[in-house]
Amino acid sequence: MIVPLAHILILAAVIFSLGLVCVLVWRSNVIMLLIGIEIMLNAAMLVFVGGSARWGAPDGQVFALMIMAMTSAEVSLALALVVYLHRRRRTVDVDAFRELRDP
Amino acid sequence: MGALLFYILATVMVVATVLAITGRHPVHAIVYLVTSFFALAGIFFLLLAPLVAMFEVIIYAGAVMVLFMFVIMMLDLGHPESGVRPGWRQWFPALVLSAVILVSLLLAAGSPATAPRTGGEGVKEFATLLYGRYGVAIEIISLQLLFAVVGALYLGRRR
Repeated sequence: MIVPLAHILILAAVIFSLGLVCVLVWRSNVIMLLIGIEIMLNAAMLVFVGGSARWGAPDGQVFALMIMAMTSAEVSLALALVVYLHRRRRTVDVDAFRELRDP
Repeated sequence: MGALLFYILATVMVVATVLAITGRHPVHAIVYLVTSFFALAGIFFLLLAPLVAMFEVIIYAGAVMVLFMFVIMMLDLGHPESGVRPGWRQWFPALVLSAVILVSLLLAAGSPATAPRTGGEGVKEFATLLYGRYGVAIEIISLQLLFAVVGALYLGRRR
Protein backbone atom coordinates (compact mmCIF):
# COMPACT_ATOMS: atom_id res chain seq x y z
CA MET A 1 0.00 0.00 0.00
CA ILE A 2 1.78 3.10 -1.17
CA VAL A 3 -0.52 5.64 0.46
CA PRO A 4 -2.88 5.27 3.41
CA LEU A 5 -6.42 4.23 2.65
CA ALA A 6 -7.74 7.49 4.11
CA HIS A 7 -6.09 9.50 1.33
CA ILE A 8 -7.68 7.31 -1.33
CA LEU A 9 -11.06 7.73 0.35
CA ILE A 10 -10.56 11.51 0.54
CA LEU A 11 -9.76 11.64 -3.17
CA ALA A 12 -12.81 9.49 -3.95
CA ALA A 13 -15.07 11.71 -1.85
CA VAL A 14 -13.77 14.87 -3.52
CA ILE A 15 -14.37 13.36 -6.96
CA PHE A 16 -17.83 12.17 -5.88
CA SER A 17 -18.84 15.61 -4.63
CA LEU A 18 -17.59 17.15 -7.88
CA GLY A 19 -19.83 14.73 -9.77
CA LEU A 20 -22.74 15.61 -7.48
CA VAL A 21 -22.18 19.32 -8.14
CA CYS A 22 -22.12 18.60 -11.87
CA VAL A 23 -25.46 16.73 -11.68
CA LEU A 24 -27.12 19.43 -9.58
CA VAL A 25 -25.78 22.38 -11.54
CA TRP A 26 -26.11 21.38 -15.19
CA ARG A 27 -29.83 21.13 -15.59
CA SER A 28 -29.59 23.03 -18.84
CA ASN A 29 -27.75 20.23 -20.61
CA VAL A 30 -28.62 16.59 -20.10
CA ILE A 31 -25.31 15.40 -21.54
CA MET A 32 -23.37 17.23 -18.82
CA LEU A 33 -25.74 15.63 -16.29
CA LEU A 34 -24.81 12.18 -17.58
CA ILE A 35 -21.15 13.16 -17.35
CA GLY A 36 -21.72 13.94 -13.67
CA ILE A 37 -23.08 10.43 -13.17
CA GLU A 38 -19.95 9.06 -14.85
CA ILE A 39 -17.74 11.04 -12.47
CA MET A 40 -19.62 9.69 -9.44
CA LEU A 41 -19.32 6.09 -10.70
CA ASN A 42 -15.59 6.59 -11.16
CA ALA A 43 -15.31 7.67 -7.54
CA ALA A 44 -17.11 4.47 -6.52
CA MET A 45 -14.68 2.43 -8.61
CA LEU A 46 -11.77 4.16 -6.91
CA VAL A 47 -13.16 3.14 -3.52
CA PHE A 48 -13.51 -0.49 -4.64
CA VAL A 49 -9.97 -0.69 -6.02
CA GLY A 50 -8.55 1.09 -2.99
CA GLY A 51 -10.22 -1.43 -0.69
CA SER A 52 -8.94 -4.26 -2.86
CA ALA A 53 -5.39 -2.95 -2.49
CA ARG A 54 -5.81 -2.36 1.23
CA TRP A 55 -7.01 -5.83 2.15
CA GLY A 56 -5.17 -7.73 -0.55
CA ALA A 57 -8.27 -9.35 -2.04
CA PRO A 58 -9.12 -9.04 -5.73
CA ASP A 59 -12.88 -8.92 -5.13
CA GLY A 60 -12.86 -5.13 -5.33
CA GLN A 61 -11.29 -5.25 -8.78
CA VAL A 62 -14.01 -7.66 -9.90
CA PHE A 63 -16.66 -5.24 -8.74
CA ALA A 64 -14.87 -2.34 -10.44
CA LEU A 65 -15.17 -4.36 -13.63
CA MET A 66 -18.88 -4.93 -12.94
CA ILE A 67 -19.37 -1.18 -12.45
CA MET A 68 -17.64 -0.57 -15.77
CA ALA A 69 -19.92 -3.01 -17.63
CA MET A 70 -22.98 -1.54 -15.90
CA THR A 71 -21.87 1.97 -16.87
CA SER A 72 -21.42 1.11 -20.52
CA ALA A 73 -24.93 -0.37 -20.65
CA GLU A 74 -26.36 2.66 -18.83
CA VAL A 75 -24.59 5.17 -21.07
CA SER A 76 -25.73 3.50 -24.26
CA LEU A 77 -29.36 3.49 -23.14
CA ALA A 78 -29.21 7.04 -21.74
CA LEU A 79 -27.64 8.47 -24.87
CA ALA A 80 -30.25 6.70 -27.00
CA LEU A 81 -32.88 8.40 -24.82
CA VAL A 82 -31.14 11.76 -25.31
CA VAL A 83 -31.20 11.30 -29.08
CA TYR A 84 -34.87 10.33 -28.93
CA LEU A 85 -35.82 13.35 -26.80
CA HIS A 86 -33.79 15.69 -28.96
CA ARG A 87 -35.60 14.36 -32.01
CA ARG A 88 -38.95 15.14 -30.38
CA ARG A 89 -38.25 18.53 -28.82
CA ARG A 90 -35.12 19.93 -30.47
CA THR A 91 -33.54 20.66 -27.09
CA VAL A 92 -31.45 18.99 -24.41
CA ASP A 93 -32.65 21.20 -21.55
CA VAL A 94 -33.92 19.02 -18.72
CA ASP A 95 -36.48 21.63 -17.68
CA ALA A 96 -38.17 21.24 -21.06
CA PHE A 97 -39.19 17.68 -20.18
CA ARG A 98 -41.26 18.33 -17.09
CA GLU A 99 -44.68 16.97 -18.07
CA LEU A 100 -44.23 14.05 -15.73
CA ARG A 101 -43.95 16.41 -12.77
CA ASP A 102 -46.45 19.13 -13.61
CA PRO A 103 -50.09 18.08 -13.28
CA MET B 1 8.21 7.45 -5.44
CA GLY B 2 4.86 5.72 -5.78
CA ALA B 3 3.30 7.98 -3.16
CA LEU B 4 4.57 11.11 -4.92
CA LEU B 5 3.14 9.80 -8.19
CA PHE B 6 -0.18 9.16 -6.48
CA TYR B 7 -0.44 12.72 -5.21
CA ILE B 8 0.52 14.16 -8.61
CA LEU B 9 -2.10 12.02 -10.35
CA ALA B 10 -4.72 12.92 -7.73
CA THR B 11 -4.06 16.63 -8.27
CA VAL B 12 -4.30 16.22 -12.03
CA MET B 13 -7.55 14.32 -11.65
CA VAL B 14 -9.23 16.86 -9.35
CA VAL B 15 -8.12 19.85 -11.45
CA ALA B 16 -9.25 18.21 -14.70
CA THR B 17 -12.64 17.31 -13.21
CA VAL B 18 -13.16 20.84 -11.89
CA LEU B 19 -12.31 22.28 -15.30
CA ALA B 20 -14.66 19.77 -16.93
CA ILE B 21 -17.68 20.66 -14.85
CA THR B 22 -17.19 24.44 -14.91
CA GLY B 23 -16.63 24.97 -18.62
CA ARG B 24 -19.45 25.92 -20.91
CA HIS B 25 -18.41 23.83 -23.89
CA PRO B 26 -19.36 20.11 -23.77
CA VAL B 27 -16.52 19.07 -26.09
CA HIS B 28 -13.92 20.65 -23.81
CA ALA B 29 -15.58 18.90 -20.87
CA ILE B 30 -15.17 15.56 -22.66
CA VAL B 31 -11.47 16.19 -23.32
CA TYR B 32 -10.84 17.21 -19.70
CA LEU B 33 -12.64 14.08 -18.56
CA VAL B 34 -10.43 11.91 -20.72
CA THR B 35 -7.45 13.50 -18.97
CA SER B 36 -9.06 12.78 -15.62
CA PHE B 37 -9.72 9.15 -16.52
CA PHE B 38 -6.14 8.65 -17.67
CA ALA B 39 -4.97 9.94 -14.29
CA LEU B 40 -7.41 7.55 -12.61
CA ALA B 41 -6.00 4.69 -14.67
CA GLY B 42 -2.54 5.60 -13.39
CA ILE B 43 -3.86 5.53 -9.82
CA PHE B 44 -5.37 2.08 -10.44
CA PHE B 45 -2.02 0.90 -11.73
CA LEU B 46 -0.33 2.20 -8.58
CA LEU B 47 -2.94 0.37 -6.50
CA LEU B 48 -1.86 -2.96 -8.04
CA ALA B 49 -4.84 -3.33 -10.34
CA PRO B 50 -3.29 -3.30 -13.81
CA LEU B 51 -6.22 -5.04 -15.49
CA VAL B 52 -8.73 -2.49 -14.17
CA ALA B 53 -6.36 0.30 -15.28
CA MET B 54 -6.30 -1.09 -18.81
CA PHE B 55 -10.08 -1.44 -18.90
CA GLU B 56 -10.40 2.10 -17.59
CA VAL B 57 -8.40 3.42 -20.54
CA ILE B 58 -10.09 1.17 -23.11
CA ILE B 59 -13.71 1.38 -21.95
CA TYR B 60 -14.01 4.74 -20.22
CA ALA B 61 -11.52 6.97 -21.98
CA GLY B 62 -12.00 5.10 -25.22
CA ALA B 63 -15.52 3.85 -25.72
CA VAL B 64 -17.75 5.81 -23.33
CA MET B 65 -16.22 9.23 -23.90
CA VAL B 66 -16.15 8.70 -27.67
CA LEU B 67 -19.84 7.78 -27.43
CA PHE B 68 -20.53 11.06 -25.65
CA MET B 69 -18.50 12.95 -28.26
CA PHE B 70 -20.40 11.14 -31.01
CA VAL B 71 -23.77 12.16 -29.61
CA ILE B 72 -22.63 15.78 -29.14
CA MET B 73 -21.49 15.91 -32.76
CA MET B 74 -24.64 14.16 -34.00
CA LEU B 75 -27.03 16.47 -32.19
CA ASP B 76 -24.91 19.49 -33.19
CA LEU B 77 -24.48 20.78 -29.65
CA GLY B 78 -20.89 21.93 -29.99
CA HIS B 79 -21.49 25.65 -30.30
CA PRO B 80 -19.70 27.54 -27.51
CA GLU B 81 -21.37 30.86 -28.31
CA SER B 82 -24.87 29.44 -27.73
CA GLY B 83 -23.91 27.56 -24.60
CA VAL B 84 -25.34 28.87 -21.36
CA ARG B 85 -23.46 28.69 -18.12
CA PRO B 86 -25.70 27.90 -15.13
CA GLY B 87 -26.41 30.83 -12.86
CA TRP B 88 -25.88 31.22 -9.13
CA ARG B 89 -29.35 29.83 -8.48
CA GLN B 90 -28.09 26.47 -9.69
CA TRP B 91 -24.65 26.77 -8.11
CA PHE B 92 -25.76 27.66 -4.60
CA PRO B 93 -27.46 24.39 -3.41
CA ALA B 94 -24.84 22.27 -5.14
CA LEU B 95 -22.00 24.10 -3.42
CA VAL B 96 -23.74 23.89 -0.04
CA LEU B 97 -24.19 20.13 -0.43
CA SER B 98 -20.62 19.54 -1.50
CA ALA B 99 -19.38 21.70 1.39
CA VAL B 100 -21.35 19.47 3.77
CA ILE B 101 -19.76 16.38 2.21
CA LEU B 102 -16.25 17.82 2.44
CA VAL B 103 -16.61 19.00 6.05
CA SER B 104 -17.93 15.61 7.17
CA LEU B 105 -15.05 14.03 5.26
CA LEU B 106 -12.50 16.15 7.10
CA LEU B 107 -14.10 15.15 10.40
CA ALA B 108 -14.03 11.48 9.43
CA ALA B 109 -10.46 11.56 8.13
CA GLY B 110 -9.07 12.35 11.56
CA SER B 111 -9.48 8.77 12.63
CA PRO B 112 -6.22 6.84 12.63
CA ALA B 113 -4.96 4.87 9.76
CA THR B 114 -4.14 1.53 8.45
CA ALA B 115 -1.98 -1.50 8.73
CA PRO B 116 0.39 -2.36 5.92
CA ARG B 117 -0.96 -4.82 3.47
CA THR B 118 0.54 -8.16 2.72
CA GLY B 119 1.36 -9.69 -0.61
CA GLY B 120 0.24 -8.80 -4.08
CA GLU B 121 -2.65 -10.18 -6.05
CA GLY B 122 -1.84 -10.82 -9.64
CA VAL B 123 -3.91 -11.05 -12.75
CA LYS B 124 -4.18 -14.82 -12.30
CA GLU B 125 -5.97 -14.60 -8.93
CA PHE B 126 -8.20 -11.90 -10.36
CA ALA B 127 -9.20 -14.03 -13.34
CA THR B 128 -9.76 -17.14 -11.20
CA LEU B 129 -12.04 -15.20 -8.89
CA LEU B 130 -13.83 -13.50 -11.77
CA TYR B 131 -14.73 -16.69 -13.60
CA GLY B 132 -15.00 -18.87 -10.52
CA ARG B 133 -16.93 -17.31 -7.70
CA TYR B 134 -18.44 -14.48 -9.74
CA GLY B 135 -19.31 -16.47 -12.87
CA VAL B 136 -23.05 -15.95 -12.41
CA ALA B 137 -22.48 -12.20 -12.19
CA ILE B 138 -20.63 -12.32 -15.51
CA GLU B 139 -23.62 -14.04 -17.11
CA ILE B 140 -26.02 -11.47 -15.67
CA ILE B 141 -23.84 -8.59 -16.86
CA SER B 142 -23.78 -10.04 -20.37
CA LEU B 143 -27.57 -10.34 -20.34
CA GLN B 144 -27.76 -6.73 -19.19
CA LEU B 145 -25.56 -5.60 -22.06
CA LEU B 146 -27.83 -7.50 -24.45
CA PHE B 147 -30.88 -5.70 -23.01
CA ALA B 148 -29.08 -2.37 -23.39
CA VAL B 149 -28.37 -3.10 -27.05
CA VAL B 150 -32.01 -4.04 -27.71
CA GLY B 151 -33.28 -0.97 -25.85
CA ALA B 152 -30.94 1.39 -27.68
CA LEU B 153 -32.00 -0.09 -31.02
CA TYR B 154 -35.67 0.32 -30.07
CA LEU B 155 -35.20 3.94 -28.99
CA GLY B 156 -33.05 4.89 -31.93
CA ARG B 157 -35.14 3.59 -34.80
CA ARG B 158 -36.86 5.98 -37.16
CA ARG B 159 -40.60 5.86 -37.30
